[in-house]
Amino acid sequence: MSRHTLSVLVENKPGVLARIAGLFSRRGYNIDSLAVGPTEDPEVSRMTIVVALEDSPLEQVTKQLNKLIEVIKIVELDGGSSVNRELLLVKVRAGADTRGQVLDAVQLFEAKVVDVAPDAVTIEVTGSTDKLAACLAVLQPFGIRELVQSGMVAIGRGGRSITERTVRPVPVAPQRAG
Amino acid sequence: MTEQGAEMSGAQSLITALEHAGTDTIFGIPGGAILPAYDPLMDSTQIRHILVRHEQGAGHAAQGYAAATGRVGVCMATSGPGATNLVTPLADAHMDSVPMVAVTGQVGASMIGTDAFQEADIRGITMPITKHNFLVTDPADIPRTVAEAFHIASTGRPGPVLVDVAKSALQALTTFTWPTELVLPGYRPVTRPHSKQIREATRLVLEARRPVLYVGGGVISARASRELRELAELTGIPVVTTLMARGAFPDSHPQHLGMPGMHGTVAAVAGLQRSDLIISLGARFDDRVTGTLSSFAPHALVVHADIDPAEIGKNRHADVPIVGDCREVIADLLVALRAEAEAGRTGDYEQWVDFVAGLKKRYPVGYDQPEDGSLAPQHVIQRLSAIAGPEAIYVAGVGQHQMWAAHFVDYEHPRTWLNSGGLGTMGYSVPAAMGAKVGRPEATVWSIDGDGCFQMTNQELATCAINDIPIKVAIINNESLGMVRQWQTLFYNERYSNTDLHSKRIPDFVKLADAYGCVGLACDSPDDVDATIEKAMAIDDLPVVVDFRVHRDAMVWPMVAAGTSNDEIKYARDLAPQFDEVQDDWEVRA
Repeated sequence: MSRHTLSVLVENKPGVLARIAGLFSRRGYNIDSLAVGPTEDPEVSRMTIVVALEDSPLEQVTKQLNKLIEVIKIVELDGGSSVNRELLLVKVRAGADTRGQVLDAVQLFEAKVVDVAPDAVTIEVTGSTDKLAACLAVLQPFGIRELVQSGMVAIGRGGRSITERTVRPVPVAPQRAG
Repeated sequence: MTEQGAEMSGAQSLITALEHAGTDTIFGIPGGAILPAYDPLMDSTQIRHILVRHEQGAGHAAQGYAAATGRVGVCMATSGPGATNLVTPLADAHMDSVPMVAVTGQVGASMIGTDAFQEADIRGITMPITKHNFLVTDPADIPRTVAEAFHIASTGRPGPVLVDVAKSALQALTTFTWPTELVLPGYRPVTRPHSKQIREATRLVLEARRPVLYVGGGVISARASRELRELAELTGIPVVTTLMARGAFPDSHPQHLGMPGMHGTVAAVAGLQRSDLIISLGARFDDRVTGTLSSFAPHALVVHADIDPAEIGKNRHADVPIVGDCREVIADLLVALRAEAEAGRTGDYEQWVDFVAGLKKRYPVGYDQPEDGSLAPQHVIQRLSAIAGPEAIYVAGVGQHQMWAAHFVDYEHPRTWLNSGGLGTMGYSVPAAMGAKVGRPEATVWSIDGDGCFQMTNQELATCAINDIPIKVAIINNESLGMVRQWQTLFYNERYSNTDLHSKRIPDFVKLADAYGCVGLACDSPDDVDATIEKAMAIDDLPVVVDFRVHRDAMVWPMVAAGTSNDEIKYARDLAPQFDEVQDDWEVRA
C-alpha cells in the first residue's frame, strides 16, 4: 500500500466533487482523506486528496483524474518538499482533578483550548497526521468523548505556485452540416 | 441562420444552437419537460427530427449516424424515464468512443430535488458513462453549453456528452449569443505526437524481427486508414484489426491477418502472441483481445499510440508511449521510416512474414456445413457480403452473429462495420442501422442481427417504415441466445438454462415485418440464400426483414476460452492449431 498526496485544481462548478468521488469509487481507488476549498481564483477550487493505492499505479489515478473535463491540474506533493496540515477538534473528559494534566498535554502539542465545561475541555490541534495521532494517544487515557478531524491540506514549499495558469480559449469551429 | 443577440425563448435558443453546431438530424421523443424545445424544432428547416419508438432507439440511432459518418450524432428525450432510457446507448457510446450529444429535458429549476413528476438526476446517473455532461438552468448558458458539448464530443477521444436542460430555462426569455471561443481550462487533448517518442518507435520498428501493427478503433476515429495502409506497405509489417477497427485496413490485403482476440483468427492471435514488437494504434489492450494479460505476447515490446493518455500503460506496459491523434502519429512515423529507408535502413521481417502468412493459409476462418443440410449462419453472412459488397454498411448486434459478421463479411473501407464492441449491447443493431442509413442514405445498410437482439429493439422498424429509412435486416435466427448457448455447450455440460427463445415459432418475423409496414422474407435452405438476398437487395423503397432460419448448434470458432491464455486458442472444438508444423524457431530465439 502506498500513500500519495495530490493537489487537484478543479473548475469551481456544481457537481465536481461528485465526479471525483465517483471516479475514485468506480475505479476502486481508496481516498484516505479529502479536503476541498476555494483558492485565490474564485473560478478555481482546490482539492487535497490523500490516496492509498494497492494495485493501480499513481499514474493511472492521475491520468483518469485528468480525463475529467473540469480537472485543470494535478500535482503530487511529497512530504519533504511540502507542508501538510490537518485540523483536529477533540472533546476530552476533564474534571477538576485531571484538567491540569490535560492542559499540560495541550501545551506540549501547541494546541488550543477552544471550549471549557465543568467535565470536559474541547481542544483544537493542527499539524501533520503523525502529530495529531501522537496528541490523541496522549489524550486517550483521560477519555475522548468526541472528535472530528479535517482532511489534509497541503502546499508546496518555496516561492513557486501551482495555481498560476494561462487560459487558452479554443475557437468554435462549426460542424460540417449535412 | 439566426442573428447574434436576437431575443428568443430558451427553447428557440437551444434549437438555434444545435443548428449552429451543424446538426441536421435529431432522433428523439418529446415529453413534458422537453416539450418547449419541440415547438421551435417544428420550424427548423435545417434539422430533421426523426420520431423514434423508444429512447434507446434514439440513442443507438445517433450512434449509428455518428459511426457511419464521423459526425456528431444527436438524440433528444424528455426528463425522467425518457432520459434513463438513454443510459444504455450513452454507456455504449462511451465504451466505443462514439461522438454523440444527448439533449434531455429536466423538470423546472425550482422543482429540481423535490422528487417531482418525471424527475431523475440524469446528470448524476450518467457521470460515469459520458465523456462529460451538463445541467443547464440559466437560459443564457444554453448556446455556450451546446457549443462545448459538440466540441468535447467530437475532439480528443470522441465520446457522448449529455446536456440536461431545465424546463424553466427552455421557457424563459433569453438572448442568443453563439460563442466565438470556448474556455475549457481542463480540456486540452494532445494530438501532435512527441518527436522523441516517434524516434524511439522508429528505432524499435527497425530493430524488431517479429513486429505486428495492432490496429484499433482509434484509427477509424482519426480517419487514418490511408496513412495506415502506407505505413503497412512501406514496412511490410503484418496487420491485425480489432473488432472496433474492422474496415480500417482492407481484408483483401495480403498483410492483413484478421481480427485478434477471444474469437480472433489463428494468424492474428498467434501473430500477436509471438511478436517481438506490438505497434498499437488507437487500441486499448481490451481483455477480449489479450486473454489472460500476464501471458499475452510475452516477448513483445510495445509502442502504444493513443489520443487518450489514460489508455497507455493501463493494461499493458508501454515501452514507447505516444500520446497523439493516430493520423498524426502514423504520418510522423511514415516520415521517419521513409527517411530511414532512403538511408538504406529497413526492418528485416521476411521470415516472420512467411510464418504468419503460413498460419493465415493453414488456418483460415472457416466452418462446417451442418450435416443435416440445414442453413449454416456463416454461409448466410458470407453470401450477404458477396452480394451486398464492400460498399455496403453492416451493423451487427451482439453475440454469435456479431462474431460471424466480423469474420465472414469482407470489409474494405472504414465506417462500413458498426457494432457494439465494448459494452456488448444486445439491441444495438436495428436502431444503429437506422441511424447509419439516415447519415448515409446512398449506402445499402444491412443490419445483421440475432433473433434475441432483434426482439430487444425491433420497434424501430416502425420508425424506418414511416420515415422512409429503407434498412435491410438479416435475422440470423437460431432460436436461442446463441453465444450464451455456446458457452453452455462448452462449459456447462450442455445444460441449456434459459437460452431457448423458440423464435422459429414465436414471433413470426415475416408477419411482424409486415405488421410494421416492411417487407418480410424467410429463408431456411442453403439453396435459397442467394435468391433471397437478391430479392432483398432489389427493394429500395421499404425496409426489408429476412428471417434466416439457421442451424442452432453452429459455434463461433476460433475461440480462446475466458480466463485462459491466448496460447490456448482452439481452431475448432478440441482442436488446437499445430504451430510447430508451420515453423517454430521463433520460440528458440525468443
